[in-house]
Amino acid sequence: MVRKVKLRILFLSFIFATVVLTIFLILKTFEENVVYFISPTEIKSLTELDNKKLRVGGMVKKGSILTTQNKIDFIITDFKNEIKVTYSGSVPNLFSEGKGVVAEGYLKDLNSFKASKILAKHDENYMPPEVLRALEDK
Amino acid sequence: MLNYFDPNKIFAFTSRAPKYVFFIFVITLTVGLLEALVLSPEDYIQSDSVRIMYVHVPSAWISLGIFTLIAILSFGSLFFKNKNFPIISKSLAPSGLVFNIIALVTGSIWGKPTWGTWWAWDARITSMLILAFFYLIYILAWRVFEKEEIKIKVSSIIAILGLVNIPIIKYSVDWWSTLHQPSSVNLLSKTSIDQSMLVPLAIMTAAFALFSFLIFLMKYNTELIKLKNKGLDRL
Repeated sequence: MVRKVKLRILFLSFIFATVVLTIFLILKTFEENVVYFISPTEIKSLTELDNKKLRVGGMVKKGSILTTQNKIDFIITDFKNEIKVTYSGSVPNLFSEGKGVVAEGYLKDLNSFKASKILAKHDENYMPPEVLRALEDK
Repeated sequence: MLNYFDPNKIFAFTSRAPKYVFFIFVITLTVGLLEALVLSPEDYIQSDSVRIMYVHVPSAWISLGIFTLIAILSFGSLFFKNKNFPIISKSLAPSGLVFNIIALVTGSIWGKPTWGTWWAWDARITSMLILAFFYLIYILAWRVFEKEEIKIKVSSIIAILGLVNIPIIKYSVDWWSTLHQPSSVNLLSKTSIDQSMLVPLAIMTAAFALFSFLIFLMKYNTELIKLKNKGLDRL
């Protein structure tokens, strides 16, 4: 009886370990498809430009937003490298300077990006406005 | 002893529990909703849509917790042939699935005004959708097979395989770039949710946990009655 239980534990542990390893390898292999966006630094390290749709994410650089009629230009930065983004259309409410953003579209060259969709990224901070003001006063 | 199981003894206790659990649940939910919808402040950037979080985050936690519990119990039922664990797991699954769906739907409703999209195939959201499928397959496994023994084996293996997905969901936001924000509440590091917002979050989590427990007790009691009256398959 005890031997049987031991055998079952061994059997299932091996199945479990195999599955974990397999999933790990699959995710590792397809890492570039698992990530939702890439950073400006990763764009800079691209060796060739292909016409594939991709997403760039980072922070909207402070003071970089330029709105002209229906067009909006801004810079996405990861504080090491940056990339210019042009976009025409409406942006989500949370889109603003110094906040996270994800732009979907095509690379024109390694320094400029033509976006077809803009998504705002929310960070992990939640607080009432008074707390923010108190933090800024410090 | 891991093999001990007496449905009659357990039923004598669990059949009386639901009304008390229901009572505590109603009180907790009332206080929780009052805190979440009225008393807690607006967020500095998303204003009132932060209130969706008080449903979204507890639902996600509960659905992850229930699946983990089911998987651990499934190890027990396969290793030790315990007779009680499979029934507990089976009774836990429906509320886990419901909260999983609530988490996905509320996330979507929150995503539209905040991110600008209803859905994104990022690692967190996709792995959460996979969990919903695991729940579905798990619940179906109990229905499609005829023999009790096969039901227990197949469902337990599904739960154990699904367990691999749980840390992927939890750490997806740290391992890969995702549209979903990283976790705000951590046991080891500082919490990035203000105290005034943490209170409703905690109470709502307690309320949802109580609700799951209530549904579990009802399901579990049904299973025990079936066991006590063998041959009574459909109830």
